[in-house]
Amino acid sequence: MNNTDMPYGNDSTKMQVMYDQIKSIANNESILKWDVGASTSIDTSVQVDKGEAKQLKGSQRQALTIRVWNKKGLIGITNTSDFTKDGLKKALLGAQKASEFGNKNETPEFSPLCKEEIDELNRPLSINGDIQDLFNSLKIAESDLLDRHEDIKAIPYNGIAESLSERFYFNCESAFRYTKISQSSIYLYAMAQQENRKPRSAGSVRISNCFDDLDINGCINEAAEKTIAHLNYQNISTDKYLVCFTPEAFLDLIGAFSTMFNARSVLDGVSISKKESIGKQIAVPFLSIFDNGLHPSNIGACPFDGEGTPTKKICLLRNGILENFLHSEATARSFGVLPTGHAGIGAKVSVGPDWLDVRGDNNSPQNKESLSYKDSTRDFVLIEGLNALHAGVKPSQGSFSLPFDGWIVRNGEKISIEAATIAGDINQVLNSIIKVEAEQIITTQGISPHIWVEDLKITGEA
Amino acid sequence: MTLETNSKQILETVISKGSSAGADIVEVFIESTDSVSLLAENDIVTSVSPSFGVGAGIRVFKGAKDGFVSTNDLSPTGLDEALIKALGMLGLSTNEQNTDKFNGLEQLRDYTLNKNKWIDLIPDLEETREILLTGTKFLDVYGKKISVRRSSYSRILQEVIVAASDGTYAKDIRLNQSFGLNVLASDADKRASIGRRYGTSSSPTTLKEWDAESSAQEICESAGKMLYADYVEAGQMPVILANKFGGVIFHEACGHLLETTQLERGTSPFSDQIDKQIANTAVTAIDEGVTEGAFGSISIDDEGMEPVKTKLIENGILKNFISDRAGEIRTGHKRTGSGRRQGHNFAAASRMRNTYIAAGEYSPEDLIESTNNGLYCKSMGGGSVGPTGQFNFSVEEGYLIKNGKLTNPVKGATLIGEAKEVLPRISMCANDLDLAAGFCGSISGNINVTVGQPHIKVESITIGGR
Repeated sequence: MNNTDMPYGNDSTKMQVMYDQIKSIANNESILKWDVGASTSIDTSVQVDKGEAKQLKGSQRQALTIRVWNKKGLIGITNTSDFTKDGLKKALLGAQKASEFGNKNETPEFSPLCKEEIDELNRPLSINGDIQDLFNSLKIAESDLLDRHEDIKAIPYNGIAESLSERFYFNCESAFRYTKISQSSIYLYAMAQQENRKPRSAGSVRISNCFDDLDINGCINEAAEKTIAHLNYQNISTDKYLVCFTPEAFLDLIGAFSTMFNARSVLDGVSISKKESIGKQIAVPFLSIFDNGLHPSNIGACPFDGEGTPTKKICLLRNGILENFLHSEATARSFGVLPTGHAGIGAKVSVGPDWLDVRGDNNSPQNKESLSYKDSTRDFVLIEGLNALHAGVKPSQGSFSLPFDGWIVRNGEKISIEAATIAGDINQVLNSIIKVEAEQIITTQGISPHIWVEDLKITGEA
Repeated sequence: MTLETNSKQILETVISKGSSAGADIVEVFIESTDSVSLLAENDIVTSVSPSFGVGAGIRVFKGAKDGFVSTNDLSPTGLDEALIKALGMLGLSTNEQNTDKFNGLEQLRDYTLNKNKWIDLIPDLEETREILLTGTKFLDVYGKKISVRRSSYSRILQEVIVAASDGTYAKDIRLNQSFGLNVLASDADKRASIGRRYGTSSSPTTLKEWDAESSAQEICESAGKMLYADYVEAGQMPVILANKFGGVIFHEACGHLLETTQLERGTSPFSDQIDKQIANTAVTAIDEGVTEGAFGSISIDDEGMEPVKTKLIENGILKNFISDRAGEIRTGHKRTGSGRRQGHNFAAASRMRNTYIAAGEYSPEDLIESTNNGLYCKSMGGGSVGPTGQFNFSVEEGYLIKNGKLTNPVKGATLIGEAKEVLPRISMCANDLDLAAGFCGSISGNINVTVGQPHIKVESITIGGR
């Protein structure tokens, strides 16, 4: 099945209907300036428990943000899930009322790029649509994973899901943006336990634009491999270690500190970067970081941001030097640059990265350490995944203390670490990198090679 | 608010249709929300964000399986389509004409009485703005080296109707408000961020009654101390956790493992421990939804059941689990009025309400004086718990204890452990039980909860640091 129709009309015709309704209401209420960002989606998901369907779930969601500029030029917003004409009127009037409390010191405007041409994504657009197919696929995956090892006792967290979503932006000056994406995903999180030993767990996730491309076997293999490997565990002594971050772990860490690249955070004083940090060396000279929301492997790619600005690739850090910040319209105006396509929509517009692309300079003489996560002769700690980022990272201070899943690697032998945390400072990490490996690996949140850092403090649970 | 009780006939039609199709239970949850949030930064309100919405969630059980569908379309057709989808997930069809066991909805249990006037008692946007700006002003008055001052407010007014094929038919209005202050202090390369958040339910005038000045004083004092604090040394040591938000550790590390959702997954180490000693005899723990005004209090849960005060642990012995409708079906543990969800897009799940360790016999000073070399955690940051009970929590404000006295402030501490191993090490509980508001994110979304405890002493815990 390849049904990609949406429930309330289809494609940009729906946007046109909504545009006409809002325009009519705005005219009647003498609202001269407004814009709208909205999304709709149809989601289906399944969870299983030992071959039985546990919960089958479907939802139809819609959300819309209306912004109104009043006669004093102040902005107000309202969010709603009610797309009826009455709902839209209520939202428009609510935004008008909220504009009385608009911030006189900083008023967002329409993005100067909201009518620029955007690239078509040309991603596959397809959903399976049959929940029984999803259930059967997950049931087989669960059974397969359970059969991989006698100590794998359960797959307590599992799910397979697909969604079809639309996103649009338009304003009273006839800017129109519309996109539609489909997405499928599977996650398998297994729990294994040997007699008189602690339970161990590990998992895997795969996402794709359509169900047929979903790498279910890859997900099973990775979950099984990790879970089995973690059965052989031991304590780690509290000390400083040579650490190798997997691409997933390094992207998690950089993502958690992405306020260092965020112009909104810089202006608010909650970033470790300052306006004048641009052009400064903040990392080793063989590390570069880009944000590339349009990368072909970014399954959730959207060709425009919440203000209608086209998404584009931007260099944040080149050879260790901070080159650009991520911007909304308002922050870009404040910095005297153009918006970068990383904005949300609101009275105070948020800014955030799309999909990070981390890479090293293999010609750099400083990137010379002969380290490889596959066959290093040195003892090190391999950080497979960082946990509790929301709690253990202080982006405004630069410090972190995070539990992790990982390995002690001695003489090439990997032994799982029972439980431990890694602590440090992001500036210290960026300047203590001794190797950026050559091979970039695609993850669900970006692309990065393995990254080696010296002297990071690890606390083992005694 | 928009929900009308004359929808009874529509609801009965939907439920009857589902029941006739062969469903064991059909449940409809309808909500209308009216929310607003404000943010003040330094001396300006930078964001006013109202939102409203409507939606329904239809859940159908057949044996232990359930199908759940949510929609924003509350028309009879929209509800009918959602029902058909939910039934279809379980292989049921409205074409089937089984015996309809549904006997109609009971008389409406209306919990909205006296709550309709709340909307008139809540401070309006103008008044809310003034209160928030007063808060940031006090941060300026009492703070030194403060570079960012923030105050924020969030209010959700939610009207719900719950109807189910067992006759359940109830209506309620919930009002949840939270507000707080945050600062970032900085001096050269030193930085410290401190925040406090408060929350109430069913208390429309709570923001007007907030003593922003004393909150600002407390936060500024803490920020001043933490700005120049040294990093804590990693290691094992006794820990004293302050009352109020210190209870977040029990909530995360133990409370979640006592939800039937965890029993269903087989991830709780306590699943077969009823009437067994799982904690030190000093520990008695309760989960309830009835403390007046507490952030996790509810008149009915999201499955229409009144909350039961549930003793989880009594003198160290496990007594009860936290259960919802699905939990009762799948694990046999009786419902406790704990079926909760963020909104109509989520199926209800067994979730905590107001969860706390009961007061003990000691004074807080007794606990500190009994400790030669340890860590006093005055204020906790966030934390998380892994699928098999491993927890970690950051300490926002900590002090070393030397020879029974509080000494230097320390930063960067993370408490690490496993509930099963730490519960027996809670050796002393003080007599100063107090509660704090928080948000809990889990399977059925983000919900408002209360955590709490008196000062407690844990004899030994791993501290992650530098």
